[in-house]
Amino acid sequence: MPIENIIFYAFLGLTGLSALFILLSKNILYSAFALIATFIGMAGIFVLLGAEFVAITQILVYVGGVLILMVFGIMLTNRLSQAKVETEVYNKFFGILISAGLFYILAKAIEMADFANMGWMKNTPSAPSSVSDLGMKIMTDYVLVFEVIGILLLLALIGAVRIAGNTREEGTDAA
Amino acid sequence: MQVIQERRELMPLNTVLLLGAALFCIGLAVVVTRKNAIAVLIGIELMLNATNLNLVAFSRFDAVELQGQVFALFVITVAAAEAAVALAIVIKVYQHFQTANLDKINELKG
Repeated sequence: MPIENIIFYAFLGLTGLSALFILLSKNILYSAFALIATFIGMAGIFVLLGAEFVAITQILVYVGGVLILMVFGIMLTNRLSQAKVETEVYNKFFGILISAGLFYILAKAIEMADFANMGWMKNTPSAPSSVSDLGMKIMTDYVLVFEVIGILLLLALIGAVRIAGNTREEGTDAA
Repeated sequence: MQVIQERRELMPLNTVLLLGAALFCIGLAVVVTRKNAIAVLIGIELMLNATNLNLVAFSRFDAVELQGQVFALFVITVAAAEAAVALAIVIKVYQHFQTANLDKINELKG
């Protein structure tokens, strides 16, 4: 078995197992840390799939940003005197049943569609992509979307600060 | 061309797609079964990432246009914005109701 293949399955196992841990653990903090492991495993799979820039963005944005936000959120929404930050679990039977059923349908569909052996996929003339290709694409073909997404991010951050910030002096509108 | 063909056989597409489906379903189960708002957010992030995995997996067959990778980047950006706004709302709700349990937040009148 080539070394690349072993690394791929190692990242696959890391991602799958830590995702399962999120499902099985009741502790929110442990779930957040398992989510970090899931994202790192996914970043490894992205690198092996030839999407290096997406992998780096994944680590920067998720592990460095979103997860820190989540841990802060856990800290601010639980009484810290409590020993454990646990969440209640309900709808256990039907929740698992529905998602297992959905997984069965999706797996069946993937198996039946057999994308890898479709003619247009086998015959696509493709060259290995590079980060500079991706940068050229974003700055030429997708530049409008790029600007719009920047504005969306700015608006979302201003909105988040406005919502979470202290609004007591401004009257009772947001209390 | 030969190298790409080898890489495709090393990382079979179906395995990646199955992992994406599994992550999406685990995320769905987390969203449905948890009562804490932040645990639900964790499930949503997992579902968004599962879609990214599919986009990147198909982008490998489209190395000239790179649409899948570009779209995955935009999904990551929107997910980050969503997480920021959602956590701000959760913190504000906690300050008002003194709980982050979604079942106990059932009043519309503020």
